[in-house]
Amino acid sequence: MNPRTQRVIGVVAFAALVVFVAVLPSFVSDFKAREYSYVAIYLIALLGLNVLTGYTGQISLGHGAFMAIGGYTSAILMAGNEQFGGPIPNGMKDLWTLPIAGLVAGLVGLAFGLPALRLSGLYLALATFAVAVAMPSTVKRFEEWTGGGQGIQLFGIPERTGGISNVHVLGRSFTPNEWMYYVAWSIALVAFAVAWLILRGRTGRAFRAVRDSETAAVSSGVSLARYKTLAFGISAAYAGVAGGLFAMANDFVNPDTFPVALSIFLLVGIVVGGLGGLSGLLFGAIFVYYLPLWSQGKDLGSILPGRILEETQKQGGAAIVYGVVLILLMFVLPNGVGGLFRRVGQLFGRRRYSPPS
Amino acid sequence: MIVAAFSDFMQQVVSGLASGGIYALLALALVIIHRSTGVINFAQGEMATLSTYIAWMLIAHHGWRYGPAFVATLALSFVGGVAIHRVVIKPVERGSVLRIVIVTIGLLVAINGFVVWEWGGEPQQLQSPFGTDTFSVGGVIVAAHDIGTIVVALGIVVLLWALFQFTKLGLALRAAAVNPEEARLVGVRVSWMLALGWGLAALLGAVAGMLTAPTVGLDPNMMAAVLIYSFAAAVLGGIDSPLGAVVGGLLIGVLLNMLSYLSQYGIFDWFTEELRLPMALLIILGVLLVRPQGIFGKPEVKRV
Repeated sequence: MNPRTQRVIGVVAFAALVVFVAVLPSFVSDFKAREYSYVAIYLIALLGLNVLTGYTGQISLGHGAFMAIGGYTSAILMAGNEQFGGPIPNGMKDLWTLPIAGLVAGLVGLAFGLPALRLSGLYLALATFAVAVAMPSTVKRFEEWTGGGQGIQLFGIPERTGGISNVHVLGRSFTPNEWMYYVAWSIALVAFAVAWLILRGRTGRAFRAVRDSETAAVSSGVSLARYKTLAFGISAAYAGVAGGLFAMANDFVNPDTFPVALSIFLLVGIVVGGLGGLSGLLFGAIFVYYLPLWSQGKDLGSILPGRILEETQKQGGAAIVYGVVLILLMFVLPNGVGGLFRRVGQLFGRRRYSPPS
Repeated sequence: MIVAAFSDFMQQVVSGLASGGIYALLALALVIIHRSTGVINFAQGEMATLSTYIAWMLIAHHGWRYGPAFVATLALSFVGGVAIHRVVIKPVERGSVLRIVIVTIGLLVAINGFVVWEWGGEPQQLQSPFGTDTFSVGGVIVAAHDIGTIVVALGIVVLLWALFQFTKLGLALRAAAVNPEEARLVGVRVSWMLALGWGLAALLGAVAGMLTAPTVGLDPNMMAAVLIYSFAAAVLGGIDSPLGAVVGGLLIGVLLNMLSYLSQYGIFDWFTEELRLPMALLIILGVLLVRPQGIFGKPEVKRV
């Protein structure tokens, strides 16, 4: 396959995805639409994490914390000072808070990217893990901004479009769940296209060079400091937007909305999706949303024999399944589902592909 | 007033040393694993929690006395650690960093789930082997458990040091960690030495867990915060330095208590209990930025 046919296939696949996303709500229940909007939210976060971990090779176990920053930014802006005398006088319309959420998280990401420059591999994983663990108690400490352990209630406030009542746009009526679905997926698809534009050119090449060999990248004139912090900033901005959407879809934020487990799930999603490719990320997002449910024996899990199902529905059973599946995945699919696709692709056409180290 | 403030200060130092001793044990476990296999074990805290639950089960459900339960728990933990290395870690040891991280994270999630599944999420009580007495030394009130914790932690550190320094097994363990290829040439069974390292780490974690449970209560997430403090301790001391892990642990324990103490007297009054974890994060970041090799570590030299 030459690069041109490859690009054509990519564009066609993307167009097919857009059409699929657009018509899907007509075929599923209203409740499912809300579930699928979470898949879009995870997809956005994974797109960001992929820039950092997949392309630049920096491991982040703290992306849930960047989502928390975005989520809280959105929630604080939406709620205004009506609930607990927050710092912002009036509430903002929900959609307008999203760019700000992305910007704030992105700036924090850039700032964190600077110290992260000196860390690599396991140490970065460790430092970002500490960020994820420290986030809930930090949120509780700044109660006057975040509502402390109580959190911020967004359900039914006037700033939420489609919080309770239907939304009428272009002569069509959307239920709140459908509206959330379309908002989340529109942003996810735009985010996907933007990620593709960023990664296909000079910047993406620089990111990959940094990942494959820092020394070689530097000697080819790629500024490590610039591209590594840039990757952190972009990645955190994506997570921030995802966090803002999460706050909307959840109608509520508190310190437990963005637990350590979320950060873990995101890193897992990126590995399952296959590092350094965009196409596998959709699978990663589905995995992130559904594996916790499957391992509780919902939907797909119901094909299991009854006795095992009973055990997994006991408290903690789901986590056992999740952990074991993770370990087994690392044994059998070291490059994730995306890697599997690439392997299959290689069988059909000769393509040069450098596996992420 | 000043006398009261001083005795309060000394109390904080003693209890800081006690929690620091626990951080030191877990940090030592992290260092042993990192030195031998180059892995940072995110599941170290959960492994310790599981061990502690086993001790609690033997005492509360099977009526064992503390002593035998303690020994049995250490033995089981050691075997468990060896098994984890052989079954789960060894296949991915030579793979990418990310795979290893995900595997230890998978272990963390699975072990945490197992504890909740087997024993439920509600907190349990594990007695302290040193009782609940407190006594007064020159006006300073100290808890027997704190003193016991410090003694046990330091005792274990000395034992471990003797093992590494004066026995043939210790020499083999060190050789396997420092130079696996040449160790193999002179007949050290490197892979088993690494597994023994994991066993020792699990054993250290078990002691740390059993010393933690009496003060904070035994629950499935008991060690999550302790693990972060231990990370901070290991990084502060130098992640490859056993001595550094011990010093780092004690320093972190005392430092955090000092901040709480000072905030009562209006100095650092912004410091509240919620900031203990973020503080550990700041220490990790600060050390990695200013002196990445830690207090006792040697700077890493990388060959291109």
